Amino acid sequence: MKGNIIKYEQDNIDTDVIIPGQYLKIHDYAELATHAMEGLDPDFHSKVKEGNFILSGKNFGCGSSREHAPIALSHSGIKAVLALSFARIFYRNAVDGAFLLPIEIQEDAYKGISEGDEIDIDVSKNEIKNLTKNHTYKMKPFSEIIGKIIEAGGLFNYKPD
Amino acid sequence: MNIVEKILARASGRNNVYPDDVVFANVDKVMVHDVSGPGVLKVFDKLKKQGFDIEKLWDSSKVWVAEDHFVPSADKISAENIVKLSNFTKKYGIAKHFKYGMGQYGICHTLSHEEALVMPGDVYVGGDSHTNTTGALGAFACGLGHTDVAYVLLNGKIWFKVPETIYFKLNGKLPDHVMAKDFILKIIGDIGTDGGNYKTMQFGGSGIDAMSVESRLTLCNMTTEAGAKNGIVEPDQKVVDYLTSRGAINVSLIKGNHDAEYAQIIEYEGSEMEPLVAKPFSPENIAIVREAPSIELDKSYIGSCTGAKYEDLEAAAKILKGKKVKIRTEVLPASISIYKRAMENGLLKIFLDAGVTVGPPTCGACCGAHMGVLAKDEICISTTNRNFPGRMGHVESQTYLSSPLVAAASAITGKITDPRDLN
Repeated sequence: MKGNIIKYEQDNIDTDVIIPGQYLKIHDYAELATHAMEGLDPDFHSKVKEGNFILSGKNFGCGSSREHAPIALSHSGIKAVLALSFARIFYRNAVDGAFLLPIEIQEDAYKGISEGDEIDIDVSKNEIKNLTKNHTYKMKPFSEIIGKIIEAGGLFNYKPD
Repeated sequence: MNIVEKILARASGRNNVYPDDVVFANVDKVMVHDVSGPGVLKVFDKLKKQGFDIEKLWDSSKVWVAEDHFVPSADKISAENIVKLSNFTKKYGIAKHFKYGMGQYGICHTLSHEEALVMPGDVYVGGDSHTNTTGALGAFACGLGHTDVAYVLLNGKIWFKVPETIYFKLNGKLPDHVMAKDFILKIIGDIGTDGGNYKTMQFGGSGIDAMSVESRLTLCNMTTEAGAKNGIVEPDQKVVDYLTSRGAINVSLIKGNHDAEYAQIIEYEGSEMEPLVAKPFSPENIAIVREAPSIELDKSYIGSCTGAKYEDLEAAAKILKGKKVKIRTEVLPASISIYKRAMENGLLKIFLDAGVTVGPPTCGACCGAHMGVLAKDEICISTTNRNFPGRMGHVESQTYLSSPLVAAASAITGKITDPRDLN
């Protein structure tokens, strides 16, 4: 899966900046997308393109259980978030709702990948290729259940063994 | 096994579970509110189009519904969400729907204990991150998103990775001027906003034994701010009495085994605890109140599931009695039952005489929804749980998190104030 990077070089990007509380009453996915990342980057909506990835530091998506957060990002066109770590509810919302891929990366990828770089995520090899800089990084493999839910296309399509 | 492992083993039909096992746990109770409920209905719409049967819930008697975030309806959209909730409970025959303007209602987490909706040993999930609160009753209480709650409503179960447990042991009672809020802020300052990520945060020790159930609720409430899957306290007779006095029958206790294992044990001495604040813009950004910046506050907010239980209002009233507030101050009792008790016991009169605006139960400005949100550059001291940028209103407003004692003392002086330093 190929895409270009939007990079936020900071930790603890919380759900209040991903989709501010005043919009929690909205359940129209397209409208939510117009407010994605508004608390941190008011230009996000104008610059994000279909198929982009977000790159960030640790504890991405901390805070609330609002599924509005992965929904707003996904409906903005974001296909994956690459981060040093994720807050648990954001992570499982992203996977169970099949909104986007939460990819856990290491410091080398976080430092090495820049804004605008084109990267190729190969989940089968647990690899991230930076096509712009011609460099390959490792991603943390998905746990067994997460891998299966992603493969099934979300929790409702997953059949427990 | 510790208490959480025992609960998850029972709920998944196993003799034993270990941290990192993945289990499908049968759920005992599930909650949605006016934000997550319409979110779940949106998932139902999607499922229906994909051919899933959404005409019947797994067990409507185990579901309850709160109206809390945008009530009394803040605007047209939130009013429509309330109508959607009513249609939802009617369609699926959900009897436990706490409607504003119709007797008891309030913040979902407050109702869980005020109405004795959750019992020790339950697996309780809710469409709200602060569902962790109710772990103070000895339940495995965990927040989930819309898709997961929709899954529970239709299937009665959900997957969990069995969490590791960090055990926080409090030796000795907290001093009088220190509240559970200060203790949990201290912990979050020490371990960070991801220090409990994916884990259980369990509280025990003589200081916890000595604590009221409501104080334990404050501790478990803010395990969310450390990223924890859940917070829990092993239930004792206080929990039995608390629930029984609210109409529960046959409350049984559950405890971990004597050889229970914990990933880590962290000890605190009660006597060493001090009033604290979390400075903007993170709950881990802790300062001792006496060393906090001397800034002019614009507002004091005493509300939310974290800081507007009866005990919280009582603490604030103790400080505000016979005094006048110097800055805008709001008190929003977390449920009608608390509101009534505050009225009957004279707390509301103390607040009103001090100049406080007393509002209705609502999540209100805690999540930047309505009822006193902050303007650009406004600075607020608040008994709530988060102070991320824009949490309580404008992205350039600032929130200091504190106990109700500190928020009330600061309301009188207009600066961040240790209750011991009031004249």
